[in-house]
Amino acid sequence: MNGEEKTVLRFLTCGSVDDGKSTLIGHLLAKTGNLYDDQIANLEKESSQLGNAGGQVDYSLLLDGLEAERHQGITIDVAYRYFETPKRKFIVADTPGHEQYTRNMATGASLAQAALILVDATRGVLPQTRRHALICSQMGIPHLAFVVNKMDLAGWNQQRFDAVREACLLVGQSLLSAGFNPGEITVLPVSALLGDQLTTHSDNLAWFQGPSVLEWLETRDTTPPELPLRLAVQGVLKLAERRYTGRILGGSVAQGDRVELFPSGKTVTVKALYGPKKELSKAEEGASVALVFDENLDVERGDGVFAPGAVPPPNELFKVRIVWMQNEPLIAGRSFDFQSIYGPALVEVIRLDGRFELGSYQKNSAQQLGLNEVGEAVVLISRPLPLEPYGHFKEGGSFLFIDRKTNATAGCGMVLHPMRRSQNVVWQEHAIDKPLRAELLHQKPLVVWLTGLSGSGKSTLADLVERSLYNQGYKTMLLDGDNLRHGLNKDLGFTERDRVENIRRSAEAAKLLTDAGLVVLVCLISPYREDRKMARVLFEQGEFVEVWVDTPLEECERRDPKGLYKKARAGLLPNFTGINSPYEKPEEPEIHLKTSGKTPEELANEILEYLKGRL
Amino acid sequence: MSRTLSYLDELEAESIFLIRQAVAQSENPVLLYSIGKDSTVMLELALRAFAPMPLPFPLLHIDTTWKFREMIEFRDQTAKRLGLNLIVHTNQEGLHAGVSPFSSGSARYTDIMKTDALKQALSAGRFDLAFGGARRDEEKSRAKERIFSFRDAHHRWDPRNQRPELWNLFNTKKRVGESIRVFPLSNWTELDVWRYIQREDLAVVPLYFAQERPVVERNGQLFMVDDERFPLNPGERPEFRKIRFRTLGCYPLSAGVPSEAQTIEDILQEMETTRTSERVGRVIDFDQGASMERKKQEGYF
Repeated sequence: MNGEEKTVLRFLTCGSVDDGKSTLIGHLLAKTGNLYDDQIANLEKESSQLGNAGGQVDYSLLLDGLEAERHQGITIDVAYRYFETPKRKFIVADTPGHEQYTRNMATGASLAQAALILVDATRGVLPQTRRHALICSQMGIPHLAFVVNKMDLAGWNQQRFDAVREACLLVGQSLLSAGFNPGEITVLPVSALLGDQLTTHSDNLAWFQGPSVLEWLETRDTTPPELPLRLAVQGVLKLAERRYTGRILGGSVAQGDRVELFPSGKTVTVKALYGPKKELSKAEEGASVALVFDENLDVERGDGVFAPGAVPPPNELFKVRIVWMQNEPLIAGRSFDFQSIYGPALVEVIRLDGRFELGSYQKNSAQQLGLNEVGEAVVLISRPLPLEPYGHFKEGGSFLFIDRKTNATAGCGMVLHPMRRSQNVVWQEHAIDKPLRAELLHQKPLVVWLTGLSGSGKSTLADLVERSLYNQGYKTMLLDGDNLRHGLNKDLGFTERDRVENIRRSAEAAKLLTDAGLVVLVCLISPYREDRKMARVLFEQGEFVEVWVDTPLEECERRDPKGLYKKARAGLLPNFTGINSPYEKPEEPEIHLKTSGKTPEELANEILEYLKGRL
Repeated sequence: MSRTLSYLDELEAESIFLIRQAVAQSENPVLLYSIGKDSTVMLELALRAFAPMPLPFPLLHIDTTWKFREMIEFRDQTAKRLGLNLIVHTNQEGLHAGVSPFSSGSARYTDIMKTDALKQALSAGRFDLAFGGARRDEEKSRAKERIFSFRDAHHRWDPRNQRPELWNLFNTKKRVGESIRVFPLSNWTELDVWRYIQREDLAVVPLYFAQERPVVERNGQLFMVDDERFPLNPGERPEFRKIRFRTLGCYPLSAGVPSEAQTIEDILQEMETTRTSERVGRVIDFDQGASMERKKQEGYF
């Protein structure tokens, strides 16, 4: 036997809790001779101590490797197992059934080529069955088998199987009509515990003519669709002749090939290519290579290498599907770090286009997307990228939302299609630009962003600073959060979504005024770090001066110039910063004003000192 | 994903991709080198990922002072032959306190001389990413770990709250002091490792091949008496038996198996027929049920 010639199939097992996923895989490993004696002996010992199989060998103990899993008899995280038969090698991801661990199930599904969705014959299709079928088709898994398990408990009854089978096929139907592409769908009867129909045909299920689970797995076609060359540059080997490293994600590349680069748009010739050990004349999809081009160009990590003419038009606006993975729900207006094969960027969710309901797979309108929910949205990326429809090219159509506060992977996105704003709404270049306007005013435009609790003294200080600048002849403008709410922002309330929008509009207004060449003072509580960061990225380096007006809460509450603290304490103002909504302290403000024991004039002078030489 | 690559070529390509990705997404990486067959393959892949440039990170070996002598010889030869930057760290406090696998018990010894030592070295070097040669097929809790595995500022793993790991996009964002462990051999099996060593003709520690070695039998397992520190029971005398090792570590904690395998071909053939897993010889895996998981939570590799 030579393992080198075999093909590999990556598949996952999923389905609701207690439908027998781990048992199926454990038993499959045993039946295909992929367990060692000591593992079997250990399993038998543990089955008698921890097992839930009523005296039988509890195969799930082979996979539920975490202590908490074994004691609670559940699967929390995905386990990977490796086995081979004379025909094929398998990498199996055994994924959790509980709703709360759906993100771990999605982890296992993202790279899978086939899925076994287990269904308990006695219970039929459950909400989790539907959720997992949805995630499997959303992840683009081309082969789905509903494995109707526990046929022993269902008396090996064909009518029962037929009824469950109908329900499974109906799941596939409703996926199709909701616009998903579930691919091939099969329904197989088994008893994972007793081993019937796992690897061979079972007498108990003699009425079933289809393949065993193993036969089905051994015969799925795994050839990926043929694509022109696609490679994302991983790094640069800085030799005299620079070598650009990367993995071929689609197509192939040969010495002498012309290739087109993103983002430069240049077409160059591949002068040489290197494999893991030696120079190659040609390399295929899946290979890790290093490329040398005939011209010395500025190519860096995250750049794309494509067959000529095959670069998808770079775009910033995309319609995407999302699986949300953190407790804090996704709302429109929030921005995140963006990670794809094309290097770092920011992504903002412009608008939520709905959430898929599990019962019908219909898309209903939604204000937010909660943990483990699946929906559609329009996103704006901070620079144009050649993302492609996920269904066409997985690697080039997938990305992560990363929470900028916690660094957690907040969710994942799959591109449906680009949106056409970039093409239709053209950015007009005009003759008079910001530098020219500023030159006429004899100043450098700049925004001073004062953040701090209500009553901390932002408006007083802004007023003093502006007066002084005015007297020195600077052209200024002051945007006060309270005042903006009487006009530009008067349609906004105090929900999280509205607060984000309030800051976005205020920041955009400040940006227009700096474009006019002015020195702009902004007074806004702006309690969230993330939102201040969103404002900061609108401006050029050095143009955004964050001033933390740091007055202790007790002092602000004592002053209470607008009587708001009193109302908030009385429970009349929900979401009031400092009382029942947090203020996130700036980590690195340009100016940190500790106001205690200082006069407003002294504090204003600290700001003016900083601005000296910068205007 | 591949159309034409053989299985080994695909594993190799994947690992090289992972290593390149990890280096590009970190400030100060290091490779945990434990001298065994998995480390040998990992080192070879790392060299290939950046050849002909030198390896862009150092190797770190946690020397408990109880490794087989042949391992240390092999380590030093390898570092010299390849011109590698090798950091060797021993927990000096543990050493001075006389912690040993014989007198302290395997669990406590592992905590102090391996886990604590590793944490000391990682903190001292301010490494924000460490490569390890662990494979998911080795052990149950390893089968659960991500390829890019987040560690808090105390080097701890939280198995109940791992970052989702979708496609080949690895979120390596972290705060100062936090780190990522990367396992580029996650998808390799023991058999794959030997097939690769054979195909690429890589040198491994001679302890993997059968030879007459001085051993004593304890609880049905064969331990090699590698030096005079091995405390013999009254009347106990080492006898020469033809054994080899499937995994290597500290000699008092690594049992050998009777074998005739002289070459890698022999080893591969032996593996086709063997009925026991490689970890049978590893004493620390059997301290208690989920023992590896506990060690990993504390910071063990």
